Amino acid sequence: MLFFSFFKTLVDHEVTIELKNDLLIRGTLKSVDQFLNIKLDEIHVVDEARYPHLSAVKSVFIRGSVVRYVHLPANAVDTALLEDATRREASNAAAARTR
Amino acid sequence: MSDADDSNPIQEPLDLVRLSLDEHVFVKLRGDRELRGRLHAYDSHCNLVLGEVEETIYVVNDDEDDDSVKTIKNNSEMLFVRGDSVVLISPQSQS
Repeated sequence: MLFFSFFKTLVDHEVTIELKNDLLIRGTLKSVDQFLNIKLDEIHVVDEARYPHLSAVKSVFIRGSVVRYVHLPANAVDTALLEDATRREASNAAAARTR
Repeated sequence: MSDADDSNPIQEPLDLVRLSLDEHVFVKLRGDRELRGRLHAYDSHCNLVLGEVEETIYVVNDDEDDDSVKTIKNNSEMLFVRGDSVVLISPQSQS
């Protein structure tokens, strides 16, 4: 749930998604779900000369499992908040196991 | 298991990762890739968020008589890494 909530805070930001087949797609993050499937609008492929297949496509749904990286704008990420949320999630998970 | 609050040391493997939050880590990935950066978030799938990341990709030359390895370096200010690519996470003391 941590990263689902995290990506929801990044909606409407420009991100670059690197897929496991090395394709890089830059676009505006429009929505995300619990599987970290992602919808991107106003996309363009970063190395269009090498990957011309998507040059006519404006909007994509990306299955979460094919994502390798998401390059994020650093100024849109509150790192202290993120670390606190991570610790909270880790202790919740530990508490759930001892129950 | 006894109590599992923040003051406790390592009880399970991911606790080592928790102690690396806001510290520099080394991450080995599938596909001959490595990352070095500051750990800002993780979850039980090993999904990660790293800051000030340097990625190193190792590419073996295709030539028959030359099997030297080329390295490609990339930098990213903030990076989400999907956990299914992660092989290992190691705390790093240096810089």
